[in-house]
Amino acid sequence: MPGKLKVKIVAGRHLPVMDRASDLTDAFVEVKFGNTTFKTDVYLKSLNPQWNSEWFKFEVDDEDLQDEPLQITVLDHDTYSANDAIGKVYIDIDPLLYSEAATVISGWFPIYDTIHGIRGEINVVVKVDLFNDLNRFRQSSCGVKFFCTTSIPKCYRAVVIHGFVEELVVNEDPEYQWIDRIRTPRASNEARQRLISLMSGELQRKIGLKVLEMRGNAVVGYLQCFDLEGESGLVVRAIGTACTLDKLSSPATFLPACNSPSKEMKESPLVHPPSHGCRSTHNSPIHTATGSRLTQSFSVSVPTLIYTGMGSGSAGKEGGPFKALLRQQTQSALEQRGGSPHRFCRRREFPFLTLTAFPPGLLVHVGGVVSARSVKLLDRIHNPAFVGIMGNTRSYKLLDWNSFNSDEPETRDAWWAEIRQEIKSHAKALGCHAVVGYSESTSICEEVCILSASGTAAVLSPRFLQEGTVDGSLEQRVEENLPVGCGFCHIPYDELNMPFPAHLTHCYNCRKQKVPDVLFTTIDLPTDAVVIGKGCLIQARLCRLKKKAQAEANATAISNLLPFMEYEVHTQLMNKLKLKGMNALFGLRIQITVGENMLMGLASATGVYLAALPMPGGIQIAGKTPSDGSYEQHISHMQKKINDTIAKNKELYEINPPEVSEEIIGSPIPEPRQRSRLLRSQSESSDEVTELDLSHGKKDAFVLEIDDTDAMEDVHSLLTDVPPPSGFYSCNTEIMPGINNWTSEIQMFTSVRVVRLSSLNLTNQALNKNFNGLCENLLKSLYFKLRSMTPCCLCHVNFTVSLPEDELIQVTVTAVAITFDKNQALQTTKAHAEKSLQRASTDNEELLQFPLELCSDSVPSHAFPAAKEHPESASSNSGTPAAQRAVTVEKASPMGDGNFRNRSAPPCAGSTVGVVKMTPLSFIPGAKITKYLGIINMFFIRETTSLREEGGVSGFLHTFIAEVFAMVRAHVAALGGNAVVSYIMKQCVFMENPSKNQAQCLINVSGDAVVFVRESDLEVMSTQQPAVNCQPTCTGEVTT
Amino acid sequence: MTSELDIFVGNTTLIDEDVYRLWLDGYSVNDAVALRVRSGILEQTGATAGVLQSDTMDHYRTFHMLERLLHAPPKLLHQLIFQIPPSRQALLIERYYTFDEAFVREVLGKKLSKGTKKDLDDISTKTGITLKSCRRQFDNFKRVFKVVEEMRGSLVDNIQQHFLLSDRLARDYAAIVFFANNRFETGKKKLQYLSFGDFAFCAELMIQNWTLGAVDSQMDDMDVDLDKEFLQDLKELKVLVADKDLLDLHKSLVCTALRGKLSVFSEMETNFKNLSRGLVNVAAKLTHNKDVRDLFVDLVEKFVEPCRSDHWPLSDVRLFLNQYSVSVHSLDGFRHQTLWDRYMGTLRGCLLRLYHD
Repeated sequence: MPGKLKVKIVAGRHLPVMDRASDLTDAFVEVKFGNTTFKTDVYLKSLNPQWNSEWFKFEVDDEDLQDEPLQITVLDHDTYSANDAIGKVYIDIDPLLYSEAATVISGWFPIYDTIHGIRGEINVVVKVDLFNDLNRFRQSSCGVKFFCTTSIPKCYRAVVIHGFVEELVVNEDPEYQWIDRIRTPRASNEARQRLISLMSGELQRKIGLKVLEMRGNAVVGYLQCFDLEGESGLVVRAIGTACTLDKLSSPATFLPACNSPSKEMKESPLVHPPSHGCRSTHNSPIHTATGSRLTQSFSVSVPTLIYTGMGSGSAGKEGGPFKALLRQQTQSALEQRGGSPHRFCRRREFPFLTLTAFPPGLLVHVGGVVSARSVKLLDRIHNPAFVGIMGNTRSYKLLDWNSFNSDEPETRDAWWAEIRQEIKSHAKALGCHAVVGYSESTSICEEVCILSASGTAAVLSPRFLQEGTVDGSLEQRVEENLPVGCGFCHIPYDELNMPFPAHLTHCYNCRKQKVPDVLFTTIDLPTDAVVIGKGCLIQARLCRLKKKAQAEANATAISNLLPFMEYEVHTQLMNKLKLKGMNALFGLRIQITVGENMLMGLASATGVYLAALPMPGGIQIAGKTPSDGSYEQHISHMQKKINDTIAKNKELYEINPPEVSEEIIGSPIPEPRQRSRLLRSQSESSDEVTELDLSHGKKDAFVLEIDDTDAMEDVHSLLTDVPPPSGFYSCNTEIMPGINNWTSEIQMFTSVRVVRLSSLNLTNQALNKNFNGLCENLLKSLYFKLRSMTPCCLCHVNFTVSLPEDELIQVTVTAVAITFDKNQALQTTKAHAEKSLQRASTDNEELLQFPLELCSDSVPSHAFPAAKEHPESASSNSGTPAAQRAVTVEKASPMGDGNFRNRSAPPCAGSTVGVVKMTPLSFIPGAKITKYLGIINMFFIRETTSLREEGGVSGFLHTFIAEVFAMVRAHVAALGGNAVVSYIMKQCVFMENPSKNQAQCLINVSGDAVVFVRESDLEVMSTQQPAVNCQPTCTGEVTT
Repeated sequence: MTSELDIFVGNTTLIDEDVYRLWLDGYSVNDAVALRVRSGILEQTGATAGVLQSDTMDHYRTFHMLERLLHAPPKLLHQLIFQIPPSRQALLIERYYTFDEAFVREVLGKKLSKGTKKDLDDISTKTGITLKSCRRQFDNFKRVFKVVEEMRGSLVDNIQQHFLLSDRLARDYAAIVFFANNRFETGKKKLQYLSFGDFAFCAELMIQNWTLGAVDSQMDDMDVDLDKEFLQDLKELKVLVADKDLLDLHKSLVCTALRGKLSVFSEMETNFKNLSRGLVNVAAKLTHNKDVRDLFVDLVEKFVEPCRSDHWPLSDVRLFLNQYSVSVHSLDGFRHQTLWDRYMGTLRGCLLRLYHD
C-alpha cells in the first residue's frame, strides 16, 4: 500500500441552471479513483454550492497512482429521475508523485462536459501521501521526472544522457466498440477520454521503468502521440531521451544577468563540469571531424522508403521475411563493428536523442537530416485477443501490445523498430553514430498509415553520454584550439569516401576543416553558432493528386508518390533557401499527409546564413528552346526578378558576409593527409537500395530548367512568397537567429483554417496554388492580427496539415509572438560582435580580419530596417500600453467583487484568476524558471449536435480551443504554476457533418508546468516562488 | 476554394478596440469591414480585404462569446475561458455599458418595459443609431435597473459593485435608474434643450437629498425612491405664498439684499411673486405622482422660461436663488426652515444647472 490519495471538494461556482423551475441546481460531486467512489452531500438550490467536504481517502498502489486519473463528476440531484451529469474534471496526479514538483493540487477547475463544454468551476484540493519505501519506489516508476522540453530544463544540469526510450500501448477504440451503438455520445466520449488518460498514464509509467533500468532519473523531450486508427484501434506511443539530471540547487550560481535565454542555457550545464566519461580540462572542446549536408539523407531514405513501403503495403506475410532479414543484417553489422566508435549504439538499440538543443560541447558535428517513411496497412493489426480480455472486470486494464509480440509478427512495435533501424543506418552512412532532434509521426487515412521518422545525424561528444559507451577513438579526433561556432558544421564523414556527391569547401570560419555548401538539420541553431544577419521561416508546400484506391493498391500508389514528393519538397526548400541568400536550415520538419485523393507535403524550417558555410550561389534559369526571341526575353526577365529578390532578401535579413577571395578559401580538393582513416566501406552502411540523388551538383549555378509550363509555374510560385511586413520576423525554431533582446510580452496562439476545394479544378497545379495561398494567407492574417506587438517575432511556428475529408484541407498553426526591443538590439549585437571579436583574437592571427569585418559590417545594418514606416493604426497604438502593463502583473487580482465574494466564494480560494502564460518555447523571455511542476498532457473530446446554434464550425472550434487553453491554465494554476513551457497541440482532429448539424473535435495538448519569476523581481525577492499577491483594487476596498 | 472554418485563439484574448466599437455600434461584419477599409487600414498595414474580413469575423465571434459574460461583469473577472488582462476587462465592460447621448435622451424617464422596447425602431430611425446598438443600450439600462431596483445602500455603489463600472458611468446609470423609477418626463419639447448631463446632475442632487437614504443612511437605505414623507411635508411650504404678509416680507428681504447687485433688478422685483409662487407650488404639488413626473417641465415653465425671457444672466439667477433661499431664515413666522433647506438646496442646484440656452 504505497500511497494514500486525499481529495477534498471545496466549492463550486457558476454552475449551469439544471432545474428550469427554480432556475437553480441541486449539485453533488462524485470522486472516483480506480474502482472506489465517494460522494459529497447534495447542496440544495445553489449555483455556487459550498460542499466543504471531508477528506476522501483512497489507499492505492503506486502503479495505479501513475496510471489512473482522478475523476471528479459533478451531478444534479434529482429525486424522481436519474441524476443529470453536469460535467467532469480529470486530474492527473502524476506531478504529486515526485518530490521536487508540486506538493498539492488546489484550485478552481473548469467542469467540462463533452457535449456542452465548460459548465462552471469546481474547487478541489488533492494531496498524496507516499510511503517512502525506496525499494517499492523503484519498482513503479514514481519519481522519474518527465519534461516535454527538448533541451536540458533550465534549472537542471545533465549528468549523463542515457539515450532513447520508447514505448507504445494499444487498445481498442471505445468509439468503435459494439456498445457504442447503444450508448450516448457523451458516454462514448467520456469512455474515450478516460481510456486515453489511462493509456497515457500507463505509457509514462512504462517509460519511467525503462529510464530506471538505464539508471536515469528523468525523460527529456518526451513526446507522446495518439494514432486514432479507427476500427483497428488506438495506439498511444511515446519517445523521449533518458537522462540523469541534477537540480541546480543555488539559483545564485547563474544569476540571470542577461536577457537572452540562449546565454542562460549555455551557462547552466557548465556550472558543474560533468563527472562522467570526460577528461576534458578545457570547458568547450570542439571535436573535429567532418560535416555534411542534407541531400544525403534524402538520397538514402527515399528509396528505402519505397522498398519497405511496398513490402509491407502489399501483404503482411511477404513483408515479414524481409523485415526479419533486415533485422539480421543490421544486427550482425552491429556485432561486427564491436570495436568501432559506434559502440555507443550497441548497448541500446537506437542512439537517438529527442533533444533539439544541447549542453555545450555535446554536439560535435552535424551530418544532415535523416528521414524514413513507411506505408502500412492498418487492417491487419486487429487482433481478436483484444476482445477476450476486454471483457475483464477491470474494463480498461490496458493491453501492452508487446505482450502479444511473441505470436504476432505484424505489430506497431515492429513497424517503428524497422523505421528506426533505417534511420540508424542512414546516420551511419553519414559517418555519424547518433541521431539528434529525433521525432516520429504518423498520418492516417482510412486503413492506410504513413509512418515517418526524422532526425539529424550527428557526432556527439562522449562526455555526457553514459560511461564506457564510446571508446577512445572519438577522442583521438579532438583537435585543440578551434574557434567556437563552426565545429558542428564540419563534415563528419570522410571526404575521400563520401556517401554522395557533395561540394565541400574549407570552413569559412576556421579555414581548417571541410564544410558542405548547405546544411539541413532538425535541431535548433546551436547557441554558439556564428550567424550572419537574421533568420526566417522557409516553407515548402506541395500537393499531389492520387487516385482513390483500396487497401494494397492504395498503399502502393502512395509509396510510389512519396519519393517524388520528397524530391520536390527538397528542391523547393533549396530554391527558397537560395532565394533568401541563406545556406542552412534548422528545425526542419517535413510532414506528409495522406488523404482520400491526395497527398500533401509541408516542410517548415528556419533558414539562416552560417558564417562557416560558403555563400550560396544564385539561381540560374535556363530555357529549353532558345529559338524564340520573346521567350528569351521572358526568361531573362524572370532571371532578373529572381536576382532582385535575392538582393532584396539579403538586405531584409541583413546578410552581409565578408568578402573572401577564393585563394584564401583554398581549393575544394580533398587533402588525403588529413583524412587518412576510412570510416567504413560504403556498402556496409546502407542496404542494397538504389540511391536517389537529390544533390543538385554545383554550388554556384543552381539551374532551373524551364521546359514546360509546370516548371514555369514553379518558378512563379517561388516568387509569390511575400516576406513578412516590416517589424515582423518568423522562425520555427526556439530562438530567432540574430535577435536576442526579447522583451517580456508574449502571445501564444492557435489558428485553424479549413478550406473546401472546388472539385472542378483538381489538378496538381491548382492544388498547389490553393495550398500555397492558404498557407500564405494564414501567415498574413497572423501578421495582421499581431500588428500591435511589433516589433516582434513569431517563434516556433508549427504548421500541421490534415485532410479530414475528400475536398477539405485543414491547416493548424500554433506559435508564439514575442516582442523585442529594437533599440536594445543595437547594443547587444555590438556586444555580441565584440565578444566574437575577442574570441577570435584569441584564435589564429590570420583569422582576425574576418570577425573585425563582421563587426563593422553588421552593426549598422542590424538597425531595424523599416522602423519608422511600420504601420500603427490608432487602435494598435492605444492598445499596446494597456496590454503591456497588464502582462507585467503576473498574479493580478483585477477587481474585487465585494458582496459576491462574501456570499459565495471561500475566502482562501483566491477568487481572482491568476495569469498563466503558455508558450511553445522552453523559456519565458525576461524571466527565470525556478521550478518544474510536472508535465501537462491532456486529451479532450468535444461534440455538438447543435452546430448552428453554437456559431457554426468556427464558433464551435473557437470555443473548444479557448476551453482547452482554459483547462490547461487551470491545471497549471492548481499545481501552483504560472506558465506552461514547451506547449504543443499534438492533435486537433476536427470532423463535421453540417447537414446533421453535428461536429466533433479531439484535441491533445502537452507541455511543462513551471513556476517562473521575472528577472526584475528576482533581485528583490527570494527565488522560492512568485508571491501570489491579491491586490484589492478600488471596488474591493469600497465594499468591504 | 472556399473557407469553411477560420479561427484564431490567443492564450491572451486579443481585443481590437476599433472592432469592438464597431461591434458595439451594431454594425454587421460586412459593414464593419467596409468601415475599416475606409479607415485606411489596408494601406497602413498592407493587408488584403480577405485578411480584414477574417480578422473582423474572429473579433465578432469573440465579442459574441464575451457578451454573455458582460451581462454580469463579475463573471467576466472570474471566468477561466478568456484570459484577459484586468485593464482590458475594465475596458470591455466600460465600453459595453457606455451609451449614446442621443439614445439616452430618448428613453430617459421612460418605463423600461417591453412597450418601450418596441419603440426602439423609431428611436433608431430618429437618432441614426443602429437598432442593434439601441437594443444593447436599452437592455443594459433594464438589466442594471432590475439588479439594483430593490437593493439597499448607495445606488452608485450598488451599480459599481455589480457591474464594475467606473465612477462616472456608475453615476450616469444611477441617474438613469432614478429617472426610470420615478418616470420623470424629459421628452417634452421645451425640455429638448437639456442634455443628459443636466438631468444626471439633478438626479444626483435629488438622490442625495430627497430620497429615503438621504435622511438616514443606515436604515432602509433606498436611493431609488423619493422620500414620500418629505414630499408630503412639502405642502407646508405653501404658506410662503399663501400668506400675503409673509410673501411681501420675503420679497422685501430679497429686494433689499439684492438692490444694486442685479442687472435685472427691476425685472426681478416685478416677477418676484410669480417666481416664488411657481417654486413653492411645484413643491406643494409633489405629493401627486403625476406632478412628480412633470417636475422638470414645471421647473422650466415656472422659473427657467420667465427668467430667460427677461434675459437674466446666470450670475443673477445664482444671486437671486441664494438670496431667495437664505431670506426665508429671517421670516419669523415660518417654522419649516429645515424642510425649506432640504427642498430649496436641491432645487437651487438643479435650477442653476437647467438655466442655459
